[in-house]
Amino acid sequence: MATLVYDCIAGIAKTIIDNRDFLTDLDREIGDADHGVNMARGFQAVLEKVPQDVPDIGAVLKKTGMTLLSTVGGASGPLYGTAYMEAGKVSMGKETLTPEDLRDMLDAAVKGVEKRGKAVQGEKTMLDALIPALEAYTAKLEAGASLLEMLDAACAAARDGVEYTKTIRATKGRASYLGDRSIGHQDPGATSALLTLEAIRDYCREA
Amino acid sequence: MKKLINEVDNVVSEMLDGMAKACPQYVRRLEGLDVLVRAGGSAGKVALVSGGGSGHEPAHGGFVGKGMLDAAVAGAVFTSPTPDQVYEAIKAADGGKGVLLVIKNYTGDVMNFEMAADMAADEGIEVEQVIVADDVAVEDSTFTTGRRGIAGTIFVHKIAGACAEAGGDLADVKRVAEKVIANVRSMGMALDACTVPAAGRPSFDLADDEVEIGIGIHGEPGVNREKLSSVNDISDKLLEKILAEGIYAPGDRIAVIVNGMGGTPLMELYIANNHIHDVLTEKGLVIAKTLTGNFMTSLDMEGFSITLLKLDEELEALLNAPADTPAFVQA
Repeated sequence: MATLVYDCIAGIAKTIIDNRDFLTDLDREIGDADHGVNMARGFQAVLEKVPQDVPDIGAVLKKTGMTLLSTVGGASGPLYGTAYMEAGKVSMGKETLTPEDLRDMLDAAVKGVEKRGKAVQGEKTMLDALIPALEAYTAKLEAGASLLEMLDAACAAARDGVEYTKTIRATKGRASYLGDRSIGHQDPGATSALLTLEAIRDYCREA
Repeated sequence: MKKLINEVDNVVSEMLDGMAKACPQYVRRLEGLDVLVRAGGSAGKVALVSGGGSGHEPAHGGFVGKGMLDAAVAGAVFTSPTPDQVYEAIKAADGGKGVLLVIKNYTGDVMNFEMAADMAADEGIEVEQVIVADDVAVEDSTFTTGRRGIAGTIFVHKIAGACAEAGGDLADVKRVAEKVIANVRSMGMALDACTVPAAGRPSFDLADDEVEIGIGIHGEPGVNREKLSSVNDISDKLLEKILAEGIYAPGDRIAVIVNGMGGTPLMELYIANNHIHDVLTEKGLVIAKTLTGNFMTSLDMEGFSITLLKLDEELEALLNAPADTPAFVQA
């Protein structure tokens, strides 16, 4: 019997794998046409390597991060690998999560990505989805909303963030070589971050 | 698109095995890893480790051998290798005198190699790194990730490798590598895009009479697209941008690479060099060495790049030192 955290990770994996071609096509516009291919390869490995029966949420996330790190490659591997490993660090030993725990995990993931990628908001990266999501989630948490309301707000903010990436030029990553020619295209990394958050939301809605 | 491959997923692995079987006197593949190391090991000298996405052959595995690299890590096609692979390469190459990582300046490569360097440092291995960023097509500013590393990397492998082979310590090898990086500039162009095996179609479309100027080595679009002209005209454009860097002055001794992108006949590279050599000579530059051929390719892309390196006595001596690798032999 698979644990709840495995099921959630499996939901993320399915979403990423289902969107393999979509993410690759976005990357073809402003990058090197491999984001979907690389992420799908990584999450396929996650489905195969992450144990289904380990209840420790932190341990499962750490294994997920390590697996992504060793299978995705490119920039996405270290960035997503770091995000999952950092979220795993703050949830190590936990078998259930409070909404506050989830906030702390998202916060740790964002900080990890910022540090590893030496990036800030507004550079046309996954941070443009993740940071608004964290802020929206935190605002709803402080307002005493339900978990689904928090996650819905986070997803809506991330979606706005993805839209925002269309309006700005990339200053990090391969898309930055294009200069102003990157304007008008949505960032593939921000898009995969949005898909991840939506998969988490959908999992929590059904669980 | 026709390709001489078997399963798309196996291209890198089958290539590495094929290289190891072709050149057992130079390289062996680390068991279960996408890493080629020197057949004879690297004991007692500073080790050079490089790598990157596959599709740039002979870079980097073809430069593993005496006087150049000690290990090369191969990622998926045009995708940086992962930290665990780089880490294993560092461990295998380390001969007790430390390891220099030669990284081409791409976000993914830098991140993956840095994570691997951290892991190796935790194990007590002395690791330093240099980042090659020679492509003048890309503006170097705070608004980009910085210039890309392209064919100029070969000069870093050659010169830093010679320094390590001659017994230089890690600080010395790094200093020499950085001197090369400060004095090397490149720019490329393409007649047509390349086709990544997994994608099965060209990475962008060019009309029959169009060329892409300022292209990188991953099928990513270049700086501008224009009508096809003669190779002399195209070479002039690339040289103009490289010379505008202000590094090369009349009287300087320089080394040149006329590098094929994988799909261009040697005949055309020599035709290009015929003009490049004359233009540089007319400008008062003294060409001490020219390399013409496929050194840093982009799969089947048709096109070429020009690389210029300003030499001083130290760099020229190291450039002329012997090397013996699958793709570069010099007595």
